[in-house]
Amino acid sequence: MTDFDEWETVVGLEVHTELKTVTKMFCGCENIFGAEANTHVCPVCLGLPGSLPVLNVRAVELAIAIGLALNSTVSPSTFHRKNYFYPDMPKDYQISQYDQPINVGGYLDLPDGSRVTIERAHLEEDTGKSTHLGGGGRIHGADRSLVDYNRSGVPLVEIVSGPDMRSAAQARSYVSELRAILVAVGASDGRMEEGSLRIDANVSVRRRGESFGTRCEIKNLNSLRSLGRAIEYEARRQIDLIKSGARVRQETRHWDEGLAVTATMRSKEEAEDYRYFREPDLVDLVPGDSWRDAVAGSLAPLPAQRRETLATRLSDPTAAQLDAVVVVVDLGFDGFVSAALDAGVGVALALARAANELAKDPDRARKLATSSFVSVLALEEGGQLSSTQAKAVLAELLETGGDPAAIVRAKGFEQLSDDAVEEVVAAAINDHPNEWARYAAGDDKLAQFFVGEVMKRSRGRANGKAVIAELASRR
Amino acid sequence: MTSAAATARAVREGSVSALSVVEEALARVGQRNDQLNVFLHVDRPGALAAARRVDEAVARGEDPGPLAGVPLALKDNLCQTGVPTTAGSKILAQWRPPYSATVVERVVAAGAIVIGKTNLDEFAMGSSTENSAFGPTRNPLDPTRVPGGSSGGSAAAVAAGMVPISLGSDTGGSIRQPAALCGVVGVKPTYGSVSRYGLIAFASSLDQIGPLATNVTDAALLLEVIAGHDPRDSTSLPEGSPALMAHLDDGVAGVRVARVRELIEGADDDVVAAVDAAAAALRDGGAIVDDVSIPELRLGLSAYYLIAPAEASSNLARYDGVRYGLRVSGDDVGAMYEATRSAGFGAEVKRRIMLGTYALSAGYYDAYYGQALKVRTEMIGAFRRAYARADVLLGATAPSVAFALGARAQTPLAMYLSDVFTIPTNLAGDAAVSIPFGVGEGGMPVGVQLLGPGRSEAGLLAAGRVLERARGDS
Ligand SMILES: [Zn+2]
Repeated sequence: MTDFDEWETVVGLEVHTELKTVTKMFCGCENIFGAEANTHVCPVCLGLPGSLPVLNVRAVELAIAIGLALNSTVSPSTFHRKNYFYPDMPKDYQISQYDQPINVGGYLDLPDGSRVTIERAHLEEDTGKSTHLGGGGRIHGADRSLVDYNRSGVPLVEIVSGPDMRSAAQARSYVSELRAILVAVGASDGRMEEGSLRIDANVSVRRRGESFGTRCEIKNLNSLRSLGRAIEYEARRQIDLIKSGARVRQETRHWDEGLAVTATMRSKEEAEDYRYFREPDLVDLVPGDSWRDAVAGSLAPLPAQRRETLATRLSDPTAAQLDAVVVVVDLGFDGFVSAALDAGVGVALALARAANELAKDPDRARKLATSSFVSVLALEEGGQLSSTQAKAVLAELLETGGDPAAIVRAKGFEQLSDDAVEEVVAAAINDHPNEWARYAAGDDKLAQFFVGEVMKRSRGRANGKAVIAELASRR
Repeated sequence: MTSAAATARAVREGSVSALSVVEEALARVGQRNDQLNVFLHVDRPGALAAARRVDEAVARGEDPGPLAGVPLALKDNLCQTGVPTTAGSKILAQWRPPYSATVVERVVAAGAIVIGKTNLDEFAMGSSTENSAFGPTRNPLDPTRVPGGSSGGSAAAVAAGMVPISLGSDTGGSIRQPAALCGVVGVKPTYGSVSRYGLIAFASSLDQIGPLATNVTDAALLLEVIAGHDPRDSTSLPEGSPALMAHLDDGVAGVRVARVRELIEGADDDVVAAVDAAAAALRDGGAIVDDVSIPELRLGLSAYYLIAPAEASSNLARYDGVRYGLRVSGDDVGAMYEATRSAGFGAEVKRRIMLGTYALSAGYYDAYYGQALKVRTEMIGAFRRAYARADVLLGATAPSVAFALGARAQTPLAMYLSDVFTIPTNLAGDAAVSIPFGVGEGGMPVGVQLLGPGRSEAGLLAAGRVLERARGDS
């Protein structure tokens, strides 16, 4: 019996998502990633004396969309100030929602059928970004710290789950599904590598059947991989502690990606007193039913619904195909697959190419024209491209873009004309009289022999179906 | 001195040049500023250039606006692009804002000429202008006395005849109390009627910008210019600027005035006598004058000294040495914060930051800040009930006439009591004006206070005009 038969991991997640608005949460500055430092700032997002926040309506709409997608109750809400000193926070307080969040309760169903409850999803503003030079990259002991306030005041929604997940794998699945939902409702670009999705994990362990253990909060989880590894490490650490007779201390821990360990940041006793109080510079945020209904009416189909839509087009799906459906929807490639199906491409082929070839480079794939994907698959379905050729053309399309027909020509995948096929078939028959005699006498297996010969002679440029037709006509 | 209204009329007609008006104002500032320490910064080149632009506009046949060529002073917690704005604090001694407050844009657009920035208690925390990091301002009527505060510089600038109108801010009485002590008119407008954008925050839920002037008409003229919705302030009321000038001579016939016991009790005899005289003058004007008691008002001071410091502790957190203003270096960022804030803030500001931090702390919130919010709600209810029976409440603005410099500087509680009659209006978000009425000890002016519900400025100013006429000087 392993420890994990006896022990259970309990995980709750706080996911911060940057909202994909044009402007920041409380000012007119552009909400943009990767610009030159401190070029998208103004008196408001720099917290200059006398400046005041004005709430971005689009941020509220996206927060409502997230709430609706997570089955939350969209509620009358207020803003509070969370007070603490940090150089990347220009006002030395963060405007956030506290005891009256805009989205209350809710749940998220995962593809495996499990349900994770949502406690709340509230609006808050992002901070600037610090870079600490020297001192191991942390503020304490740094020689010098640089702050970029471009991110200051970018709208965030923090989505807090219940302590409902029981494994690293389930936590990863929750984040994947959540990310797909955030992308689907237009709230996020889902780019974890750019920090647009950031995760804190609350992890505890207990012997099966017992009540919850003491939890630790793990910060700095910026990829699904880190999330999974950190949860596994932390559960192991806590089990070992308890088995050795010690107790788990409630604390905040930092995930060190390089060392693959979690380490203490601060204990519960050192936790800050944020002195929350109502933000007097903002009025209550009370989204009325008509506003909520308008957002609901404009909501794009959610991943679960899209998986359903795609699955119904599979007559007798295999487990692998259902997995492919999850991947395809998760990556947002179901539009490619549907378009290919509409163009008469077989579902197995369309799913396979989307789940395998497009998934190799999702960012580039999102920029690919649906029509390009469809035309390559149609050529493959029609036999004008072999599977190897089709994959090569797709890879080239992702790499450089451009016109599929031009890539097919440039790669020399363009097929022989009917006349040319006739010529090559004739030459093959001429060189292999014995095989031809057996084929002519009715041995169909030899068709493949001749197709292979023709392909060899044409360096793969013949259409297999055309070759078989030509052979049959000469029989 | 010539009123703002008369000056604007003359400049618009072309009978007087804005340049000559502004040069005279600058000359008067030059004569007395060394003695009184009214202005922290005089923008001579900016003022002269602005005056020339007004004169050019008049020459082209354009209308420069209702404040054409009128010299105006700004309390130094109002941001003006490129002009030093200190809030009376060492921590902002070198700071020049890259933007202007909405009220500054509005007065400039109306043709007013900003002469400079006036002294104040640091971050508007005080009632005597002695808490300024740049030295106290003296009362122009008796330089051994304080001008009141925190808008002491703006009140003194008007009282000294340096400018006919000025802007101050009122969080707990900071316009009305110095107006009373300097013998000028001061208006605390309804919360949300004047944009706070560009006002360096003290206590955001209480702060309101308002006018100071030698007379009611000029105060109304300036308030009309600065009031009205501003999309940059989320707490700004949706309405446009109220019509005030049109109602100035409405009088008080049939107006129900209630003299409030709690807004007089504890005041000096000379102050009480002035309030009684004002009641009589209003009655003579046709008002129905009554006496009422609103006991909840007694709770105002203690609630205020929890709510205002709590908000201030958060509003003043940003002065940390990282981005602007003073920085005193330290071994690490925490030491830098501490050194900067220790050196940059004065004693009263530190006292209130600590008070406010404490009031909001875990374990104390409910007993202090939470309780103060409940008192505030009570007070709003009490005022609402009072305004169901009266149109205007009457009381004193301050318990005494201007006191001697240094007299209360070492006793914070005595100083806090200077605002006991003005604080309730801020907690309720309502409107109130202080009108000079009579003289008291040492020949110093007494201010009486007229209070009304939100958006009652027109009525309060009309009642103020009645007192002004009764005084016989206009
Ligand atoms: Zn900005």
